[in-house]
Amino acid sequence: MEHFVFYLFASVAVVSALVVVSQSNAVYSAMALIISFGSMAILFFQLGAHFIAAIQVIVYAGAIMVLFLFVIMLIDPESEMLTTNRLGRLWLLALPASIVLGLMLLGALAIPFAAPPATGTGAGDVATIGLSLFRDYLLPFEVTSILILVAVLGAMVLAKKAH
Amino acid sequence: MVPTSHYLALAAILFTIGTLGVIARRNVIIMFMSVELMLNAVNLTFLAFARSFGQVDGQIFVFFVMTVAAAEAAVGLALIVMLSRRTGSVDIDRADTMKW
Repeated sequence: MEHFVFYLFASVAVVSALVVVSQSNAVYSAMALIISFGSMAILFFQLGAHFIAAIQVIVYAGAIMVLFLFVIMLIDPESEMLTTNRLGRLWLLALPASIVLGLMLLGALAIPFAAPPATGTGAGDVATIGLSLFRDYLLPFEVTSILILVAVLGAMVLAKKAH
Repeated sequence: MVPTSHYLALAAILFTIGTLGVIARRNVIIMFMSVELMLNAVNLTFLAFARSFGQVDGQIFVFFVMTVAAAEAAVGLALIVMLSRRTGSVDIDRADTMKW
């Protein structure tokens, strides 16, 4: 059952990733990316990372992709410019890309990684993550809040119309 | 239990698809979406190893990767809006003023 779920949502993730990369309409790509994020969230659940899976849906699929869609709509999707698409370069990349992918798959499948603990360690629930985040990783957490503040200010300054 | 290598292979495939998207597309918004795809593949790798080692640190790192990706998306999209206003299109090949 676990294997079936994994293969089903892994194929959904790969197919929607291919759709993201190949569409000429940016809105279709955004929708496919949302589907990819959703299936990745299910895979995260299966890995025992319950909190991260929920955050993936809320932040990635729910906030970042909405931002993407706002920007796509802002830059006038009707006009010709959003449909420029030339996959001609793709053929040049087929050989290097397949070599690199082959090396990565070799590393992934041939190295005997440690088997995960048979019983669920409960390492992905909110309490464990909260304890780790606010004890061991408190400084990065606080610095991240400053990072987000800077990003918000930067986005506001950059997107203002020049007078 | 699904072995760790399966998740890593899936992450490798998604990372390659994202890289091809960044290199082969000219639409700057779709390039940016491919970067998000690559970040997602890396998140999957981190979580696979977090489970494999039984530690929660991998998941903490994924938390920070997602936070940074959100901040980067905000600033990057603001830059894309500026770029499209300045060059009049989202085609990355049109932003060639610095080419000599």
